[in-house]
Amino acid sequence: MDVKEQTLQHAWKDEIFDIFKRGGVEQLVYVPDAGHSQVIKKAWADDVMKPVPVTTEEDGVAVVCGSWLGGKRAVLLMQSSGVGNCVNMFSLIKNCQFPFFCLVTMRGEWAEFNQWQTPMGSATQQAFEMMGINVLRADMPQSVPDVVSAGFDAAFVGGDAVAVLLSQSLIGRKKWDAK
Amino acid sequence: MSQNNYQHGTINRREFVKELVDLCPEALIVTGLGSPSYDVFAAGDRPENFYLWGAMGAAAAMGLGIAIAQPEKSVLVITGDGEMLMGLGSLAAIGAQKPKNLTIVVLDNGHYAETGMQRSHTSLGVELTGVASACGFDWTLAVRNPVDVSQIAKQVNAKNSVGLANIFIEAIEYPKALPPRDGSFIKNRFRGHLGFEPF
Repeated sequence: MDVKEQTLQHAWKDEIFDIFKRGGVEQLVYVPDAGHSQVIKKAWADDVMKPVPVTTEEDGVAVVCGSWLGGKRAVLLMQSSGVGNCVNMFSLIKNCQFPFFCLVTMRGEWAEFNQWQTPMGSATQQAFEMMGINVLRADMPQSVPDVVSAGFDAAFVGGDAVAVLLSQSLIGRKKWDAK
Repeated sequence: MSQNNYQHGTINRREFVKELVDLCPEALIVTGLGSPSYDVFAAGDRPENFYLWGAMGAAAAMGLGIAIAQPEKSVLVITGDGEMLMGLGSLAAIGAQKPKNLTIVVLDNGHYAETGMQRSHTSLGVELTGVASACGFDWTLAVRNPVDVSQIAKQVNAKNSVGLANIFIEAIEYPKALPPRDGSFIKNRFRGHLGFEPF
């Protein structure tokens, strides 16, 4: 089935980018998702924040830890399905106590058309928590900036490992219109 | 097919690594878990070494993160064939960035030495130099003779390209030389060397 995906513009997506920008993020490491597309696009247009696409999410965990070793802040963006790919790689964060900030767009939890997204979507929070990463969640557009900012500061001011889950309801229904 | 008698290369890993590290005194080094970590530690501990003891597949990707963060420094990843194979996708991430200060050195014995010398893909037809080349690396080098060490060191120190050198080493285990396993200590020591404070 050939599908067209509608990527909606949301103000909270700009606010996420602004938090990263103000926070001095120099590497935006990601496996893309429609929900992250606005932030990724802005990073590609930015002179300082370098977009670093990775082919699988666990590589992204290693890249952001490398960035911190080199003295710079990096954040990791992925979809919920990618969290399961990272589980052993999270031992890097735990053993070395790396500050870590990860932004996850959720699938498989709200008006999901594709049930293949549901098993990992249902286990995303647990996968983080069983590896010692704290989880925050934003369900409403107006709460996104506060939640992201709180998680970001806990990571880079407090040295914590934090994932912020962006509810699938924020992103909206994915359009599955066949051409 | 014999599990243990097949010899992939002839280079002595300990001698090669010692010579390479000595020729790259300024390089920030990340080592893949297992024997490469032991080899680099045996060559002499230094604060700008980050030894992995786990997180298999992370070495090259960590090197990429460091290389982007520290563009004025040479970054050298020293890892094994098995570790590199687990992070094969990171070669694509590196190829897409092309940092000018990153060199990957794979100590390739064609086996998983740490787990009992089972043969790896590199002794079953996979060429890591070909993968790196297809990923857009500026240079790759298949090294079968130890006289090439200075050539690799020159590339590491030049900071004008991203490259991968595959070193065909003997499938022999040396006495383990164990670097510290405290990741937090190694991290803070590495950052401290670059002038960054712990929390």
